[in-house]
Amino acid sequence: MKPIYSSAKEAVADIQDGATIMVGGFGLVGIPEQLILALVEKGVKDLTVISNNCGVDEWGLGLLLKDKQIKKMIGSYVGENKEFERQVLSGEIEVELTPQGTLAEKIRAGGAGIPAFFTPAGVGTTVAEGKEIREFYGKDYVLEEALRADFSLIRAAKADKFGNLIYNKTAQNFNPMMATAGAVTIAEVEEIVETGDLDPQTIHTPSIYVQGLLQADQEKRIERLTTR
Amino acid sequence: MGKVNYRERIARRAEKEINDGDYVNLGIGMPTLVANYISEDKTVVLQSENGLLGIGPYPTEDEVDPDLINAGKETVTSIPGSAYFTSAESFAMIRGGHVDVAILGAMEVSEKGDLANWMIPGKMIKGMGGAMDLVHGAKKIIVIMDHVARDGSAKIKKECELPLTGKQVVHKIITERAAIDITPDGLELREVFEGFTIQDVIDSTEAPLIVKNVIENVK
Repeated sequence: MKPIYSSAKEAVADIQDGATIMVGGFGLVGIPEQLILALVEKGVKDLTVISNNCGVDEWGLGLLLKDKQIKKMIGSYVGENKEFERQVLSGEIEVELTPQGTLAEKIRAGGAGIPAFFTPAGVGTTVAEGKEIREFYGKDYVLEEALRADFSLIRAAKADKFGNLIYNKTAQNFNPMMATAGAVTIAEVEEIVETGDLDPQTIHTPSIYVQGLLQADQEKRIERLTTR
Repeated sequence: MGKVNYRERIARRAEKEINDGDYVNLGIGMPTLVANYISEDKTVVLQSENGLLGIGPYPTEDEVDPDLINAGKETVTSIPGSAYFTSAESFAMIRGGHVDVAILGAMEVSEKGDLANWMIPGKMIKGMGGAMDLVHGAKKIIVIMDHVARDGSAKIKKECELPLTGKQVVHKIITERAAIDITPDGLELREVFEGFTIQDVIDSTEAPLIVKNVIENVK
């Protein structure tokens, strides 16, 4: 049985200024909406945020950005957010842009006890500057170090009270790896069911990685509504 | 021929690089259009790096699911036989050499196949997304883009000036003017499209072109 928080505010109560947090999602899909809002309300500052994107100007991590609560951002694509670009170009925020696959693998490795790995992505580019390059099978690879976080804030569709998680469609994205790489992982879920009600064969994230649960309805804002 | 028709021409030509049975990743923007022209006699599975193998058409209004998007963050559907997975799994597929073709946009390509498509220092910081992983993973890397920049300057250069996405990674360039292969000897002009001459292509390309067996007036 994992703690089930009565509010998002309670769920983020232990997150202090200067914390390193991973936040799940790709674009606005699979982001822990209420946990982000609670961080905005709490006003924690100097955060290092690890997330593929940085929300949009008025939603998701964009809200933390607007309030200048982020000291450093580690992500792969931040093009949806004008305020982000402004803060980077003016030097107000530190940014570490990382190839998306490298970011995913850094987080996976962090959660899996692998301190570093070699990847071809970024060889011959600014991404590889200052990093060890080693040749395998006649091709160059760059050494990339794993990432871990004080807290991982993730979003799933369903949890049982043990903390087993199931994600919906492409809302899975970075959430399962981040669940493994946070010292404390808090899962915001649309529905919590009784332990035993989820088919063990369908579990995406086993409960061992999850330290707390929050049930919260999701707005699920759409960035680019495209229809036939 | 207008801009829109050029985009269609490029997309249709790029489609010819895809074989029946291929797993294909299409980049954001013009590459996404290629999906509209995939021949009905080919079975092609589109990979989306946010965690979907088997992208379907855009949804009807009733079908829209906010949890189902492509890498361009557009709402999509999934085809029968599709699969959802994590970002780590997605890039294992990509880096591991399992994707047959990747079609990407570019700001600059060099004669050695270097690609720049993610950053303009001091001006634009969007991030590389999955492009740096893709260019090292997919078996065939095709760049589709306008032949020249908006100011008319060449985008196919001896050396890229912008920060690189990958070194010596591009296999083929398709523009509204030409199809060009990157070979160990340099850029080889293969096809010149209707409305342009070989000289037009040479004049609008900074890097030297090998002109041996060129098919002209390709529609």
